[in-house]
Amino acid sequence: MFKKFLPSKILSSNSNLINALLIGLILVILLGLIYSLFISPPDYIQGDSVRIMYVHVPSSFISLACFGFIGIASILNLIFKIKFIPLMAKSLAPVGCVFALISIVTGSLWGKPTWGTWWVWDARLTSMLILLLFYLGYIFVWKLVNNFEKANKISSVIAIVGLFNLPVIKYSVDWWNTLHQPSSITLTSAPTIHYSMLIPLLIMLLGMVIYSFIIFLMKYKTELIKFKIEKTKNQK
Amino acid sequence: MLSKKVRGRFVFFILLLLLSAVTIFLILKSLEENIVYFFSPSEIYSKQEVSLSKKIRVGGLVKEGSISKDQTSIIFIITDLKKEIVVSYSGTIPNLFSEGKGVIAEGKLKDRKYFIADKILAKHDENYMPPEVKKALDESKY
Repeated sequence: MFKKFLPSKILSSNSNLINALLIGLILVILLGLIYSLFISPPDYIQGDSVRIMYVHVPSSFISLACFGFIGIASILNLIFKIKFIPLMAKSLAPVGCVFALISIVTGSLWGKPTWGTWWVWDARLTSMLILLLFYLGYIFVWKLVNNFEKANKISSVIAIVGLFNLPVIKYSVDWWNTLHQPSSITLTSAPTIHYSMLIPLLIMLLGMVIYSFIIFLMKYKTELIKFKIEKTKNQK
Repeated sequence: MLSKKVRGRFVFFILLLLLSAVTIFLILKSLEENIVYFFSPSEIYSKQEVSLSKKIRVGGLVKEGSISKDQTSIIFIITDLKKEIVVSYSGTIPNLFSEGKGVIAEGKLKDRKYFIADKILAKHDENYMPPEVKKALDESKY
């Protein structure tokens, strides 16, 4: 599977793949929105504000997953020093960063009517904010450091340090008392979310994953072309 | 298969990661008091010293049938099903505040059993379901 992301494959792939994904994206998101906004029931206690969850939970999931990939890619990058790995990691950062921000904003919008506050400094919310800061740090290093090798090293170290934040985010609600509720969906036990709400959540998750993948592919292709141009420039 | 240089970097990274993981674990462990957002009534009971002047948060369930209101203030009991603390509060109450539901009160202790809150937050649990299902669940309980 990894071979599909080799630079030669990506550069020679025409836009058919992205177009097919785009059609899939529109269909899935449309279905997801109709399901989550109209078909699914309101919650017995939160009422209609439960619908915020259908964006909030997938956003959080994607932002954590993207940073996980970036962190692991950064470790491989520093060990094996293969040229296209940092480009892949770099291409995942913007979409992950945006979803971290969306997760925080939607969570805040949900928190006001539910908890009675926009923001508290509990372990889950704070560690999520730290993730956003790691994303911003990672992205800004790539933007501000002109030397590729140097930017690559610094950003990789940031990503690896940030990697330790991920289990803290995930388990913060179990390790400490937090205002944020524990996970409703776990690997070990039955979900504590009714199936009529679980289905739209999973459809939205699928749609947003497809979206992230499209953005990643486009960005990755751009990064590869930019890298090639730089290389030919330096050879002259 | 791997060159010596790559293997060296590999071992170095594994060691570095392990070391950082241990360091972070120790830091978080020592900061536990500050990371927890609230204390349960049992934790307050079992604490060696409680500060009456420091702002803290107490969390648990609102005990069924414990809410009593007058015009300006509300008194209720926070329980973790082992210990209880009486909370008095005057101010706006979040919509989701109700008996049997999670709550977090911010304020100061008067003593180990009495808490004066200046802010109340409703805590939501991890259960999501439509109203009909909740009704059916409640009916099947009796």
